[in-house]
Amino acid sequence: MTNTLEIDGLRLHLPGAARPVLAGIDLTVGARETVALVGESGSGKSLTSRSVLRLLPPGATTEGRVAVQGQDVLTMDAKQLRQLRTHTAAMIFQDPRAAINPLRRIGDFLTESLRLNADTPAQQADERAVRMLDAVGLGERVLRQYPGQLSGGMLQRVMIASALMGDPALILADEPTTALDVTTQAEVVGLLDDLRERFGTGLLFVTHDLGLAAAISDRVYVMYAGRIAETGPAEALFDRPRHPYTAALLRSTPRLDAPQGRLAAIKGQPPSLKEELTGCPFAARCPFATQACAEELPPHRPVPGEPDRLVACHHSDQLADQLAGSAAHD
Amino acid sequence: MTFLRFTLRRLAEMAATLLAASFLIFGAMYLAPGNPASFLLSGRSASPEALKAINDQYHLNDPFWEQYLRWLGQVLHGDFGRSIEYRTPVNTLLAARLPSTLLLVAMALVLVVVLGLALGWIGAVRGGATDSTILVGTTFAVGTPSFVAAVLLQGLFSVKLGWFPSSGSGAGLGSMLWHLTLPALALALYLIGMLARVTRSAMLEVMGHEHVTVTRSRGVPERAVIRRHVFRNTLGTVLTMGGLIVSTLLICTVLVETAFSVNGIGQLLDLSTTTKDFPVVQAISLIIVGIFMLVNFVVDLLLPLVDPRVSLGTRGASA
Ligand SMILES: Nc1ncnc2c1ncn2[C@@H]1O[C@H](COP(=O)(O)OP(=O)(O)OP(=O)(O)O)[C@@H](O)[C@H]1O
Ligand SMILES: [Mg+2]
Repeated sequence: MTNTLEIDGLRLHLPGAARPVLAGIDLTVGARETVALVGESGSGKSLTSRSVLRLLPPGATTEGRVAVQGQDVLTMDAKQLRQLRTHTAAMIFQDPRAAINPLRRIGDFLTESLRLNADTPAQQADERAVRMLDAVGLGERVLRQYPGQLSGGMLQRVMIASALMGDPALILADEPTTALDVTTQAEVVGLLDDLRERFGTGLLFVTHDLGLAAAISDRVYVMYAGRIAETGPAEALFDRPRHPYTAALLRSTPRLDAPQGRLAAIKGQPPSLKEELTGCPFAARCPFATQACAEELPPHRPVPGEPDRLVACHHSDQLADQLAGSAAHD
Repeated sequence: MTFLRFTLRRLAEMAATLLAASFLIFGAMYLAPGNPASFLLSGRSASPEALKAINDQYHLNDPFWEQYLRWLGQVLHGDFGRSIEYRTPVNTLLAARLPSTLLLVAMALVLVVVLGLALGWIGAVRGGATDSTILVGTTFAVGTPSFVAAVLLQGLFSVKLGWFPSSGSGAGLGSMLWHLTLPALALALYLIGMLARVTRSAMLEVMGHEHVTVTRSRGVPERAVIRRHVFRNTLGTVLTMGGLIVSTLLICTVLVETAFSVNGIGQLLDLSTTTKDFPVVQAISLIIVGIFMLVNFVVDLLLPLVDPRVSLGTRGASA
């Protein structure tokens, strides 16, 4: 069976950048699977998830392959692309207040892509909108309301309902809770997880919140400076990080199950897009970096004894115990 | 605020403004140098008796307040008095000249709305060389005063090419349309450039909004994205320009009608000002002020329909 999403060696160049913003991303989301993509601000999480819908910044050029349900997104024609966006993959955005046109009714927002692609009569689209609103816990009357009349949490529910309108195989959620308050965040994440189960979609969940990633996802990709630093099943990856960057991220994240200890911010800044990179992109900030790290780009290697795990670090095997220890005890 | 309360409040405001405007206009005419009687009799040997007769007939020697209140009483009864120059009721004079002006302003308004919006839209959506060309064109249009535009259009299309008449307003609708094409263009040119620029920059601004990207991400066809989200969201901005557009048309029509010898109300205002024909000047000025306020009132009524975040009586920014 084909994966719902398959990204192979995706490279993305932006005008004015000295190196590719995405430098060879490999990522898969299986059918009905939840996959988290984590990393610091600027690491390229949004660009990766937007590439899946070919929502690229002006002037961007791409190499590699992005396939949704086996269809290559980067090379399809405009009609296929509309079909993909309407029926196969849908994105949930960070700030629902900015993401929904304030001048049009919610009903219009929900049904517009189905109606305007001339494949669904208006009445049928309306009926589906009512069902999807019900699925996210909102009543029919919301259809006639304007975004300004709803709270942020309600609007994000509307956004989720709209993503489900075309019965997609894949949902991309780009930090869907960052703009919401804490209680609403939990509700929205819970809802998203339920609906993924109920409607049988795959979910790519972009976040910089490792706790959230661990709670919601089956597998996690850790991204740094346009590359995947490490990937694996959520539990294994957070218990036994194999990349110094993952360990550092964990140490900088508050954890409910380990309330003691101080949070350690990662020293230094991610490399700017203006500089070219040789070697490991994390080398400049890595406490374990050696000469080899600065000179040679570490390839993705399997972790001995752990299937489904890949890590891009020269010293990952030697550091295994040290990294696992530091992540657990701080 | 309810519709009724809003309407009543605005009507009261408009009445008060008109009253103040009428007083100012009347006062300005009263203080301005020159006497209508002397214009009327210029060229003729005016006997003191004739002069006195005119002054008496038009009460020109009465104290200011008496003159003003008498005039105001008439106006409230719908009578703007008699023209000193033409010796006919101002109402008759206006009625005869109204069709040319109405048609001229309407033609110009259609040109402004259609061409202004279309050029702004095309510039914003196409970008590149098309956009640059439109920008240069609108810069030229905005920098050309309407009387200069009138002279240029006359020179090119009437004198040189002979496609359109250079003056007059014709009789019968067809002939009027033909006669008024060049004046309408001259009148509209500045506002076309202005509206195109406003539309273009408003559309570019909206295009940068996240909700436009979101709509694209849902597979909505690009034309629908532009029409239903980008252009739709600029309507508030365009509508708030309505008052400015109409008042500019009304003011510039004076210059354009004079330049093209269109016998409309604008030309009449120009003539009456030079001959100190008080009643006519006052009537036309008041009508212009009234129309301006009416347009703004209609704009305020329409804004909430275009932007649900604006409630009656509170103009807000639109996105
Ligand atoms: N439209 C754009 N034009 C130019 N550069 C861009 C654009 N979008 C993103 N970038 C650059 O690409 C890099 C990756 O951006 P991206 O938005 O994918 O990061 P991110 O991981 O989602 O970060 P965040 O957590 O802040 O959302 C950043 O350095 C950003 O400056
Ligand atoms: Mg992002």
